[in-house]
Amino acid sequence: MTTITSTPLRRPGPPASQTGLAISTLTITRRALLRFVRTPQLIVLATVQMTLFFLIYRYMFGGAIHIAGMPYVDYLVPGFITTGVLFTGMGTAAAMAQDLEEGLIDRLRSLPIPRAAVLCARATADTAIFVWIAGFATVVAFAVGFRLHGTALEGLEAFGLAVLFGFAFEWLFVTMALFAGNAQAAQGMGMIVFPFVFVSSAYVPIGSMPSWLQAFANHQPMTYMVDAVRSLTLGPQAHELLGHTSSYYVGRSLAWGAAIVVVTFPIAVAKYRRG
Amino acid sequence: MAPTIEAAGLKKRFGKTRALDGLDLVAQRGQVTAVLGPNGAGKTTFVRTVATLLRPDEGTLRVAGRDARRDPAAVRGAIGLAGQFAAVEPAMTGRENLEMVARLFGQPRRTAKASASAVLAQLGLVEVGDRLARTYSGGMRRRLDLGASLVGAPQLLVLDEPTTGLDPRSRIELWNAVRTLVRTGTDVLLTTQYLDEADHLASHVVIVDHGRAVASGSPAELKQQIGASVVELHVRDSRDLTRVAELLERLDHDSAQIDEATRRVNVRVESGREGLMAAMQAVHHHGIEIEDMGMRQPNLDEVFLALTGAEDEQTATAVAA
Repeated sequence: MTTITSTPLRRPGPPASQTGLAISTLTITRRALLRFVRTPQLIVLATVQMTLFFLIYRYMFGGAIHIAGMPYVDYLVPGFITTGVLFTGMGTAAAMAQDLEEGLIDRLRSLPIPRAAVLCARATADTAIFVWIAGFATVVAFAVGFRLHGTALEGLEAFGLAVLFGFAFEWLFVTMALFAGNAQAAQGMGMIVFPFVFVSSAYVPIGSMPSWLQAFANHQPMTYMVDAVRSLTLGPQAHELLGHTSSYYVGRSLAWGAAIVVVTFPIAVAKYRRG
Repeated sequence: MAPTIEAAGLKKRFGKTRALDGLDLVAQRGQVTAVLGPNGAGKTTFVRTVATLLRPDEGTLRVAGRDARRDPAAVRGAIGLAGQFAAVEPAMTGRENLEMVARLFGQPRRTAKASASAVLAQLGLVEVGDRLARTYSGGMRRRLDLGASLVGAPQLLVLDEPTTGLDPRSRIELWNAVRTLVRTGTDVLLTTQYLDEADHLASHVVIVDHGRAVASGSPAELKQQIGASVVELHVRDSRDLTRVAELLERLDHDSAQIDEATRRVNVRVESGREGLMAAMQAVHHHGIEIEDMGMRQPNLDEVFLALTGAEDEQTATAVAA
């Protein structure tokens, strides 16, 4: 083991002034992404798990579920990708809680960087991870028979929307992580996504659910978001299936997204500040 | 020069717990100030307050010449923090970790690289600098954590229990690193549970308990108050306990502590060696059978007892050895 040398040391320098928000955010984002990329368990687990579940739904359940006018896979994919982003969010909440636990956030808080940098970096890195996860899932989707019924542009819009929705829920997950304080508690809190993911139009038409669940499913944000994405991938068939135009769903889902951010973002910032 | 830390009447509550309850502390420039106390004494809360991670509820605090409550951002530019949990990113190399912190100090890319290299050399981590931090041993990770606190060339280094959990060799290496730093003019605030750590490193020690300072002074001053060593005897026959206690009390005129359950008696003495010799002779002279005897440093409980309850000591009180 190498011992500490007596190389001439640098004397203390003048105090540093505040580093800019952009540089701080980018530097910390890079760290979060490097961790994701260099921790094989994280990246492989996330992508493989998602693909596996996708294939299970597509091939095992798909045979039993019939959607008028289209193969099940075309119905499933928008739901799957949108909710998949939500599941990824659970993981990022746990990652942030782990950072908190391990003292990395403490170190960052003691540095001359803007308070917002840590949270912005978290959100940016997580969005980048969402894009990766969603992108990978999309490639797999096409490989197992998913086809766009609308234009390619609409397909891209759909993809962008899914990422945007993930970003909206991000602040909910960051808040959970800050209140949880450790990785296990954060994962426990993350279970809250389950009713939102499954009691929605993501995997099955709401009409097939018992009426007491339909009430919830019809009005919760996930349903609007999934249908917004779906309305873009299904093109002209969307209106027939869903009952409203694409702008109806897109508008409402964006409103939901904005509402979630407006509520959770200030809570996250306040909790982060209080420490 | 103005002191590097001036804290007066600091108070901080977490729910019902009063972590800091009117803490006063002054740390001068150019030296190591140690905050010594058991778990729950408020050391970590104090350190986090100095590092501007927490805001005190009451009291005044000046750090590196700035008001920590009104201008925390300015304080952050002048301090470096290294904590118990070795806050480094395991999925980045040592060098990348240091460069990242340097960039966050506002250093341009090239300067950041130079700072990182300098600190790696300073702490003997050059050979492992390009390995991922998660491959490092515990001691290396602590050193890297220390490095991360140095890379911004801070005026004040804040170390929260830096050697807790380290093996003896890594401890000593870290102590050497801290001593060298002080020689270059860096101020150091360090918290510890270990009296020997405070003794070896600090010029000024503040003992805290229940959120306030109960004693302060140089290690020599404190030891004079409490006695540098403890002589401890383990008697064969418990009927001899009182006798032995009497004999020991004659050594340095300090009251002895008896632990009936383990048949031990101990007493604080000025000089461990001399005290031990005198105790051996006394016991030999009176023909008392002894299982074991030795000298050791006073432990924290004994320091506390000495400083907070000297007058109420009773020989029948059992002291956890």
